[in-house]
Amino acid sequence: MSMIFGVPLAVLSGQLLIGIINGAFYALLSLGLAVIFGLLKIINFAHGAMYMLGAMTTVLMFDYLGVNYWVALLLAPLLVGAFGVAIEYFLLRRIAGQDHIYSLLLTFGVALIISGVLVNWFGVSGLRYTMPDVFKGGVNLGFMFMPYYRAWVIVAALVVCFGTWFVIEKTKLGAYLRAGTEDSQLMQGFGINVPLLISLTYGFGVALAAFAGVLAAPIYSVTPVMGSATLITVFAVVVIGGMGSIGGAIITGILMGVIEGLTKTFYPPASSAVIFLVMVLVLMFRPSGLFGKEA
Amino acid sequence: MTMMKKLLTSAVASAMMAGGAQAAISNDTVKIGYLADMSGTYRDLAGPNGLKALEMAIADFGGQVNGAKIEVVSADDRNSPDTSSSTVRRWVENEDVDLVAGMVASSVSIAVSKILEENDRLGIISGSAASSITNEHCTPNHIHYVYDTYPLANGTASAVVKEGGKTWYMLTADYAFGHALEGDVTRVVEANGGEIVGAVRHPFPTQDFSSFILQAQASGADVIGLANAGADTTNAITTASEFGVTQSGQTLAALLLFLTDVHALGAQTAQGIQLTTGWYWDMNDDTREWSDRFMEETGVRPTMVHAGIYSSTMQYLKAVEATGSDDAQTVRKQMMDTPINDMFAKNGKIRVDGRMVHDMYLAEVKTPAESKNEWDLYKILRTIPAEESYRPLSESKCKLVNN
Repeated sequence: MSMIFGVPLAVLSGQLLIGIINGAFYALLSLGLAVIFGLLKIINFAHGAMYMLGAMTTVLMFDYLGVNYWVALLLAPLLVGAFGVAIEYFLLRRIAGQDHIYSLLLTFGVALIISGVLVNWFGVSGLRYTMPDVFKGGVNLGFMFMPYYRAWVIVAALVVCFGTWFVIEKTKLGAYLRAGTEDSQLMQGFGINVPLLISLTYGFGVALAAFAGVLAAPIYSVTPVMGSATLITVFAVVVIGGMGSIGGAIITGILMGVIEGLTKTFYPPASSAVIFLVMVLVLMFRPSGLFGKEA
Repeated sequence: MTMMKKLLTSAVASAMMAGGAQAAISNDTVKIGYLADMSGTYRDLAGPNGLKALEMAIADFGGQVNGAKIEVVSADDRNSPDTSSSTVRRWVENEDVDLVAGMVASSVSIAVSKILEENDRLGIISGSAASSITNEHCTPNHIHYVYDTYPLANGTASAVVKEGGKTWYMLTADYAFGHALEGDVTRVVEANGGEIVGAVRHPFPTQDFSSFILQAQASGADVIGLANAGADTTNAITTASEFGVTQSGQTLAALLLFLTDVHALGAQTAQGIQLTTGWYWDMNDDTREWSDRFMEETGVRPTMVHAGIYSSTMQYLKAVEATGSDDAQTVRKQMMDTPINDMFAKNGKIRVDGRMVHDMYLAEVKTPAESKNEWDLYKILRTIPAEESYRPLSESKCKLVNN
């Protein structure tokens, strides 16, 4: 068998594929953050909590109402998105235009409250969610066993990522959004309801996190604390990609998944640190990120 | 002569006073501090329900001991040795806490026991795993009650090797507890004629185990050993089942699983996994009777840690009652002299190194068909006698043991 740095090629191909799958998660999560920061200049520390809420909602809707996976895929992001709109309307709006640190602290506080309350109700051991029957099993690719569900994760995440990029960068609605945040008074003058636009944008960014949460529910332990560790990594991804760059967030997400996957093969103990190492290097040599516009 | 008489009288008087102070309960209060992870990864196995178990013991004891009242204070250890140290320092130095109970993360227990030794107070550790707590980190001021990594490896690893799992691939949490457990497992596997063919040390905590599971699959080992705990273990098991580990003929051996973990996984995913436990709620009438009461209070079945907290608190209060003292050394000696016979342990014994030795159990997770309800999860395969379970004193590195 051919070897690369002492690792069989077959194992390496498997690790690359798994890196892409994890990267798809990072891409979805960092995309939401980038949308919220890029358009609203809000540093959304509640993003991890929203991801967790997406997963929790999926499990709870199934347990109590019998709502299946496919419906949850649509309904959970809608519910969590609506919750996000409420947060924007009642809380974030009051500190609009202030320094970034205010939105960071406010959303961080909101995240702590949400996960604290849910820990009290559900504990931390994790809720059980059975994988939908169509996804049970997998296919042997020769170099690895590929569970059907992981393949679906790549497809779903990429479709949603591309759709979001397309809407924001290439459609008229996206143009309104970008213009509304650039010069809200002028856009108000043109008869566009900018506050509504802002609420909906925050809700949409949060819904993306919830969508990632639904995707995560069948494969990871669903607990009220699942978002906190992921959040920090995803922030690093956004910083590497360039704060606010939509396309940058997607590409960097997948790239970081692959880099992390390779680290897990060659030197596992560093796998939780490697993304931050890349972040340090990027900040040193390209302070506005790989895809950010030079300030 | 009068001078001599005076001196003698005062000497006798002060001796009596000193003796009197020892045989009395300070401030007419026995104060117990409950320290555990109340909100993080290890919350469910001890946490707020452990505090309930402690309060149940106090209520069953009658709420007072020799006329002195029993008070409880509690704190969240945040899984941080620093936070815990400052909490316990405040408790023993300013708030007259006599006993610290609970304690989960091994790093927390080791840090706290040093403070207890400095201040000569007592600690009973129920949640921690590291066997070093009563080995190189032993003190005359703490007792390790429920289990440790030594019997976990002895019970599970030797059973799996004897069933033909000769080659092992280890997935180890990259911190003190994981390393200790991996070390204990390696010793047992090799002693039984098996071999460790590879190991991965993964960061704590890790959410996605697919990379590591893939490496373990590629190793071709008979057994994938999980030397981790809590969400790391449940995530690894879920991923292993998704990637078809068991279908391809490999066995999973989880070295530390709590009832709450198995409950979270469910019988469908966890079926067939073998594990070692210090106690199970559905073993006999005594355990069931207590567990029913616990479930009425909390809504869940107790883990071995919850049962251990109840049992050890009861033993402590009995020792305070018998000696009429809350002095740490007096009570600890009384506890060492009294065999433990209750719903938690039969003929349990606290050794000089602070290790409570008692029978352990090798269990297997039931299949969904065998499991009658959501908490009906274990079949007990074998009782591992106390002397076979724990590290013998002859191998001890504890400073209190004369080797």
